Amino acid sequence: MVDVTERAKQLRDVAYYPGCALEGSGNGYDVSTRAIAYALGLNLRDVKDWNCCGAMEVKNIDPKVQTYLSSRVLSQAVNKTKNNIVMAPCNGCYHNLKKAEYDLAHDENSREIIDKLSTKAGHQTYEAGQAETIHALDWIKETIGEEGLRERTKGKLAGLKIANYYGCMYVRPRHIFPEKDQGPGSESTSKPHFMDDLLSAAGAENVEFPLKTACCGGAHTLSDSDMSTKLVLNILQAAEASGAEVIATECPTCHSGLEMHQIRAEKRYGKKTNVRILYFTQLLGLALGIGPRKLGIHTNISDSIDFLREKGLT
Amino acid sequence: MKSIAEIEERIDEIHENPAADAATELLHLGEEVLEHWICARGETPTEAKKEGFRLLALHRQGAKGDPSFNACRETCRELVYHYNLVTSQSDHPEIEKRVQLAALVAKHLVLFIGGKLQIAGLGEFCCSAKPLRENEIVNP
Repeated sequence: MVDVTERAKQLRDVAYYPGCALEGSGNGYDVSTRAIAYALGLNLRDVKDWNCCGAMEVKNIDPKVQTYLSSRVLSQAVNKTKNNIVMAPCNGCYHNLKKAEYDLAHDENSREIIDKLSTKAGHQTYEAGQAETIHALDWIKETIGEEGLRERTKGKLAGLKIANYYGCMYVRPRHIFPEKDQGPGSESTSKPHFMDDLLSAAGAENVEFPLKTACCGGAHTLSDSDMSTKLVLNILQAAEASGAEVIATECPTCHSGLEMHQIRAEKRYGKKTNVRILYFTQLLGLALGIGPRKLGIHTNISDSIDFLREKGLT
Repeated sequence: MKSIAEIEERIDEIHENPAADAATELLHLGEEVLEHWICARGETPTEAKKEGFRLLALHRQGAKGDPSFNACRETCRELVYHYNLVTSQSDHPEIEKRVQLAALVAKHLVLFIGGKLQIAGLGEFCCSAKPLRENEIVNP
């Protein structure tokens, strides 16, 4: 039986793995994650000398190299950063670290290859079970929780109608997320709700959004832009039809895809949508009274400043 | 069987003119999309039902041996949910809005599967195009 208080205490100091996207197009996610960590008294220790997780590109060339790259991040967290809980806000990074953990725990061949590559690269081999990877949603949910957010935010997001969009990599494939689908209190892979829970605790009204785990077409954004634009337009239209004013995101690939294809959909298909796109960390930051600049909202492509002002959030 | 483009067009028409009785048609259009996927795999689409819906049985058939296809599992379930919502309360004051949402869910299914049909070589868990790129390397 895990002591909930002890667990929450442990999660207050985590190794932070921002990943490549959060240093580039998803910078607003990085800035807002750090800002709310500071406001909530949570400590983020950047993983020392981290590398790319392998994302989708490397996986398709050689899945074992992807497993190695992710295992090196975990090794750096455990052996150099001296922290065995790795918090990864990016869905792609989170997914890949979890997948590497699964591969190393279940596949002897992966273990052998990763050991050889790690020895060649001159760092300690990561062994399954040495670290735990969590998402930013788990991190806030388990350290602060809904009650903690309720106390700190005083319902500041009241009147804001939000469609929570999780994307695909946060929940799929199920077998790499053994902690999910464990009954009350755990996250669901078919109907994820952690983001709904946190934003609702901050006062927001979550709408019934049918496409919360649907594909955003992120993998095709360069190879088949029209397909990605159509998929995104459909998500934007469904959010608006559900009554949402804002789509809350927790993945930098989904987020930038929604923003860019919102503009492209208008130019290419003459379909304008007005729903705003914000990272859930930016929304929680606003609820905590942090200014929009400190949350990187001005760096979003989706311009929401006037809207947030009208809502009394800036 | 309608083509993928015809199905997409018909869903758009329903979205533009949402009538309560369109829910059944949307469900059948969803089934037709899945039939395309299953036929492209060289199989015969099942006539069986899962939880009372052929759409769900077709999805299960389409996902067999192809985990990436589970990416549209929830979309299928949402379509069934919206079908139930519309047909069980056909006199609901927001019926048009509900049909429109059902149409958007069906549209996502046709776009997702239509895209996968174009790029049949799939990555392990998402619709990335490894075999296409490999082919480009072999035949630049």
